[in-house]
Amino acid sequence: MWLSNSSVGRKVVMSVTGVALILFLTFHMAMNLVSLFSAEGYNMVCEFLGANWYALAATVILAALFVIHIIYAFWLTMQNRQARGNERYAVTDRPKTVEWASQNMLVLGLIVIVGLGLHLFHFWSKMQLPELMHNMGASVDPMTLSYAADGVFHIENTFASVANVVLYLVWLGALWFHLTHGFWSAMQTLGWNNKVWLNRWKCISNIYTSIVVACFALVIIVFFIKSLI
Amino acid sequence: MDKNISFTLKIWRQNGPKEKGHFDTFQMKDIPGDTSFLEMLDILNEQLISEGKEPVVFDHDCREGICGMCSLYINGHPHGPATGATTCQIYMRRFQDGDTITVEPWRSAGFPVIKDLMVDRSAFDKIMQAGGYVSVRTGAPQDANAILIPKPIADEAMDAASCIGCGACVAACKNGSAMLFVSAKVSQLNLLPQGKPEALKRAKAMLSKMDELGFGNCTNTRACEAECPKCVSITNIARLNRDFIRAKLKD
Repeated sequence: MWLSNSSVGRKVVMSVTGVALILFLTFHMAMNLVSLFSAEGYNMVCEFLGANWYALAATVILAALFVIHIIYAFWLTMQNRQARGNERYAVTDRPKTVEWASQNMLVLGLIVIVGLGLHLFHFWSKMQLPELMHNMGASVDPMTLSYAADGVFHIENTFASVANVVLYLVWLGALWFHLTHGFWSAMQTLGWNNKVWLNRWKCISNIYTSIVVACFALVIIVFFIKSLI
Repeated sequence: MDKNISFTLKIWRQNGPKEKGHFDTFQMKDIPGDTSFLEMLDILNEQLISEGKEPVVFDHDCREGICGMCSLYINGHPHGPATGATTCQIYMRRFQDGDTITVEPWRSAGFPVIKDLMVDRSAFDKIMQAGGYVSVRTGAPQDANAILIPKPIADEAMDAASCIGCGACVAACKNGSAMLFVSAKVSQLNLLPQGKPEALKRAKAMLSKMDELGFGNCTNTRACEAECPKCVSITNIARLNRDFIRAKLKD
């Protein structure tokens, strides 16, 4: 199978899953923005994306994308370290055109995973998971269940804490670096690039990533300020 | 005349591919600024020989930037501090009096050290043998204008063909990937009408050879392009990816 036994194939898997995850982030960000305008509207979205078959199917696909992306990341990194040889350079210097993020994608990715764990704990484990467990017949605390679709309640709860706000912003920072490289790099790997598009893709990735990350951050900051008032 | 400089050289010494290597330090005194880097090493080796010591082994041939033999990793850069130049085109005037200059061989699993600063780059020959040619009967030479090629395409093929196969891309890449070399060698043929009939086959054959020889996976850091003495662009890598993906989808 060329997607696993050729270097370009493995990179294609990284690109396709990566681009799919960027699309997911875009939808997620758009839904978060709803919470700024209408608490009711946001809770309707939460209700809609509860433990329904379509939301669960999407969750499974999403989880699969993450897992594939992460497994391939470690696999590629291991192969690449091997290809580098046993001896490291004593002196190294990064040329100006080499982005820092491009050489630290695995580390940035690890920060993103840790943030993701935190995020699942804060939201998913209190929203979709209890509903799912309830539907499957497990006993769930009725208080938890009654708040399961109240997304705004969970947002307010999480971002009233300064520590959470800081952690989430650090997470978003890592995500920004990860995506600014990942986006154009995916296009390059898929072969959709030339001398003109190289700079265009880099520009598009910077702008697109900045918008997505800024909108996520906006929701966090607005709810933090609201909690102070 | 440039002024003379004195500096410390830290040079990697290694007796063979499996041997343990180490750095040797040498003091260089009053080296004129218009000495080329390789001439400076020649001076060092003359000194070593006259002292009865073993000279430093390093690759070199044409000494005018076209053969791709010289291959030193100087102060963290393949081919030293200059851009768009090979090691033999570096002059000592680029360094300051009192500097410490660290010289290492290309470090990559695909390029085992033969001795000291000389590495075995025959992996590149094997990649070329896998498909870096046009296998048609060409017959008698045609008129140069018998096959018309648009200027932009001819230019791009020529830019790709400027790759001298020195291996600086592999040396610069944190993944030890040879994608810039392979993509340049695929592009120089795939862009032209003569190379088109075998384009997809060539992309598959040369890339598989690269993977087989233990080079890494490209992660688009662009270090190769920044260090390439011939400024070969990573858009060649995009073309190779494109050709390879197309070939695999067709299969």
